[in-house]
Amino acid sequence: MTAKLSGKDLTLIRGESCLFKGLGFALNPGELLLLEGRNGSGKTSLMRAIAGMLSLEKGEIYWNDIPVNRQRQEFHGALVWLAHRTGLKGDLNLVENLRFEASLRPQGNVDLAAVCDRLAIARLKRLPLRSLSAGQQRRVALARMLLADVPLWLMDEPFTNLDREGRKLVMELTEEHLLKGGMCVMAAHQDIEINVPVVRVGL
Amino acid sequence: MFAGLLAVARRDLLLAWKRPGDVLNPLFFFAMVCTLFPLAVGPSPEQLTFSGPGVLWVAALLATLLSLNTLFMSDHEDGSLDQLLVSPQPLPVLALGKTLAHWLISGLPLVLISPLLAMTYRMPGDAMGVLMLTLFLGTICLSLLGSIGAALTVGLHRGTALLSLLILPLAMPVLLLGANTVSLAAGNEVYATGIWALGAYAVGAISLAPYATAAALRISNE
Repeated sequence: MTAKLSGKDLTLIRGESCLFKGLGFALNPGELLLLEGRNGSGKTSLMRAIAGMLSLEKGEIYWNDIPVNRQRQEFHGALVWLAHRTGLKGDLNLVENLRFEASLRPQGNVDLAAVCDRLAIARLKRLPLRSLSAGQQRRVALARMLLADVPLWLMDEPFTNLDREGRKLVMELTEEHLLKGGMCVMAAHQDIEINVPVVRVGL
Repeated sequence: MFAGLLAVARRDLLLAWKRPGDVLNPLFFFAMVCTLFPLAVGPSPEQLTFSGPGVLWVAALLATLLSLNTLFMSDHEDGSLDQLLVSPQPLPVLALGKTLAHWLISGLPLVLISPLLAMTYRMPGDAMGVLMLTLFLGTICLSLLGSIGAALTVGLHRGTALLSLLILPLAMPVLLLGANTVSLAAGNEVYATGIWALGAYAVGAISLAPYATAAALRISNE
């Protein structure tokens, strides 16, 4: 195996039902891993497993050919996760939230103001996040992803709550990230159009 | 290494600053129990001196228990706990940061206000110092023990009763040591052993509890 991120023989059983069995994938820099499947098919579970938060019945996720469980901190230092829940504090404003994130993981030399302008959230900087709309909060979560200097993006349903421009923006940002040699794992219902190699995993 | 600890503690203190109501709840509970008790049992000085240390300590223990279930709850609800779990910082250090903030918010105020309440029980000045010292060490122990219970019950709705049940056996020695040491000090007897024992308990809790909390967080967030 030479893939940067790969999974082999992944099996997950929840209660009585087997969500996936013998699943495998391989992802290299510049590629998008698209997880497809209906509601409840295990997309989020697979993503949590990739992030190392869920132990599988069988199988192993590899990062640089080393199992993720054996290098958890290094692996977590290389990824940022856009989850279904934004993971931002409603009582704090945008700057306070992002400053906290910045103290946890390495930051790229990206300017906060430029990112906020790009995501059209610059004028919301001083408001507590709970007073923003769900779509605006998701844009702040995107800002966290852009500010982190990491190769792997995990995006669980990144289009939720976003308007048409927002969805277009997510695609543009993902494409830019991949063209720079990054990697992305995305769970999505809808078809996406993107000009980069896509690895599809059906669940 | 300790960047994560400071970052988490600072964020939680900032959050508490923006929502002072949550912080004051345990403090009010503590103050209310300690002031109502003398009214109920009557003002006889012997009775008050006798029961003072016990009442103050039980009230402090219950006030801490009351505040514990919120330790990881809001983080769990808004998804920031998941973000902490995938952060490159070591999880025990982050857990220690959260516990430190919790103690600064709910434990330290109890220690600071305790001499004022001890006065209603006619506690002598020396014993007041001992009360503050034992509460200082004891609330550290209770916050750390509680963080393990809070981490185990974080995914459950209404986990408060279960949390109390889980940590009470571990908290019992703290209560016994604390209350008895203060009683001994109030009766002008030798009390140093209790303080050493509490200190040892606190050191043990600081070094072990964060690992248990981190493991519990991983288990309950699967």
